Amino acid sequence: MDLRFDVELIAVTKRYGTTVAVDNVSLPIPKASYCCLLGPSGCGKTSTLRMIAGHESISDGDILINGANVTDLPPVKRGTAMMFQNYALFPHLTCLDNVAFSLKMRGVAKAERHRRAREFLALVHMEDYATRLPGQLSGGQQQRIALARSLIMRPSVLLLDEPLSALDPFLRVKMREELKRLQRELGITFIHVTHSQEEAMALADMMVVMEDGHVRQSGTPREVFERPASAFIARFIGGHNVLPWRNGMIAVRADHCQLGPAGDAPHVNGRVTVVEYQGPVVRVAIATDDGQEAAALLPDHVYHGHPVGPGDAASLSWSETAAHPLMH
Amino acid sequence: MMAAPTQASASETRPWTFYLLGTLFCAYLVFLYGPMLVIYVLSFQGPDGGVTFPMVGTSVVWFEKITEPGQMADIPSSFWRSIGLATVVSFLTVLASVAAGLGFRRHFPGSGVLFYLAVASLVMPSLLVGFGIGLGFQFLGIKTSLFTSALGAQLTWTLPFGLFAMFAVVNRFNRSWEEAASDLGASSWQRLVHVTLPILLPGILGVAMGALTLSYDEYARTTLTIGQQNTLPLEIYALISSATSPTLFAIGTVTTAVSFTVIGLTLFLVFRMQRRRGQTPAA
Repeated sequence: MDLRFDVELIAVTKRYGTTVAVDNVSLPIPKASYCCLLGPSGCGKTSTLRMIAGHESISDGDILINGANVTDLPPVKRGTAMMFQNYALFPHLTCLDNVAFSLKMRGVAKAERHRRAREFLALVHMEDYATRLPGQLSGGQQQRIALARSLIMRPSVLLLDEPLSALDPFLRVKMREELKRLQRELGITFIHVTHSQEEAMALADMMVVMEDGHVRQSGTPREVFERPASAFIARFIGGHNVLPWRNGMIAVRADHCQLGPAGDAPHVNGRVTVVEYQGPVVRVAIATDDGQEAAALLPDHVYHGHPVGPGDAASLSWSETAAHPLMH
Repeated sequence: MMAAPTQASASETRPWTFYLLGTLFCAYLVFLYGPMLVIYVLSFQGPDGGVTFPMVGTSVVWFEKITEPGQMADIPSSFWRSIGLATVVSFLTVLASVAAGLGFRRHFPGSGVLFYLAVASLVMPSLLVGFGIGLGFQFLGIKTSLFTSALGAQLTWTLPFGLFAMFAVVNRFNRSWEEAASDLGASSWQRLVHVTLPILLPGILGVAMGALTLSYDEYARTTLTIGQQNTLPLEIYALISSATSPTLFAIGTVTTAVSFTVIGLTLFLVFRMQRRRGQTPAA
């Protein structure tokens, strides 16, 4: 029994008929960490989450939570709570009754369960909405209620299925901060499924990149961003140029690239295709002479010192140390 | 948002087909509601008047006659018989179609065949269904009666209807509500009672009401399976073929009022429920 981990997946496989959604995934998730499962749609991240939650049976392998094998246990016996993508709030119950639902199922008396539900409404700053029905709330408010409803179970692991995807961009950033705050304050593990690398980088202590039912890389966001393991990961997390170099492939961060005379430094030549002004930086995309795409993120004062436009010849260079060799 | 500009442009250039179809629709409305309107008016015929215009004064005397057990017809008892039967039919229909609706969400082996078997009785000639059931009872030496053969005959009609209606209701039901309930520690029974049924309740009320009205005015299947005591539609039919007086019209007015009250009340309840719940993203 290894209690360094809140959740441990051991050679977990999920098959639907003949297709393999999750293939032999082993993943230890350290105590009280914010873990993001990241990947394009169909990569198996949601299936993985649902198997941890117990809403999907496990074809092969084992799942341990707090050292106990929960592979064959129902959701409620696992010490997990799940927040669904569409929140799945019960439309016929008030916010207070939604939050108190799990206590009611356990037979807690009305006064006591309402008292505790109010505490958790306060935790997510929704105490003024106790008597409202979910249909009368905005998306962000519904999400807070769903959070309170999950947290009142005092789970040791909270599972979140694309929790921010239904929100507008402004609210998304705000709720992101809120999720991180809650995770820190409660000191429990959050496992958060997302297809947004920006979200994962902002939140995760541990970022797990999945593709095709496999875990391709896991580590801190900084490790993954600075040392992507493959061309797929470098492209998926963005901000990198993936280029053939000598006998292999390299990834070079776009913000470590320069335009202009390259001298001895490694470089590629091509023509500017797009210039995007992004505020603090300007993104200049080029098509190289051998048909690759690449981009440089230039600080705005550097760009405006030597502005270029679409169609101009350009040479994109980087320092030898900025190149990160890729395995495949 | 859309309505205003569309209406404005439509009023400028309405094609001739608009007027043609408009006339057709109005003629249809007159055809549909005209006779009923005549009946409602004539039910207030004066005591000396007959079954046609002109009105000879106005009175409610024909309404009073409904409650007097006549020689040919006993309207009050047949009314209560109909209500009793309709209530039982409605209850059984809800029970079976809710269970079946939830069960059919999962594709089990033979679900397709079972579905077609269940709805086949919707297309069977209704009189023949009643005839067959009546014959079957006679063959087995069982007396046909209200809560045996007539009940069964009506269920052949309301059950497939209820099943169809429940499919539409269950289709809009999001599975993640049930998963959330399990996640929050509900047993399968608690999940059904506290989550599934309450969320489906507006639809279930609709099925109950539909079955109630289908049963309440069912004629063809009931007539050969009812035995000794008539339901209201059978009693009214007997009355029409034996004697004509404005009492018939009064009965028509009263039953219409009852139907509208029941339907109006149900719609009110359902709409209020749904408005309170509003637009949920999961729905």
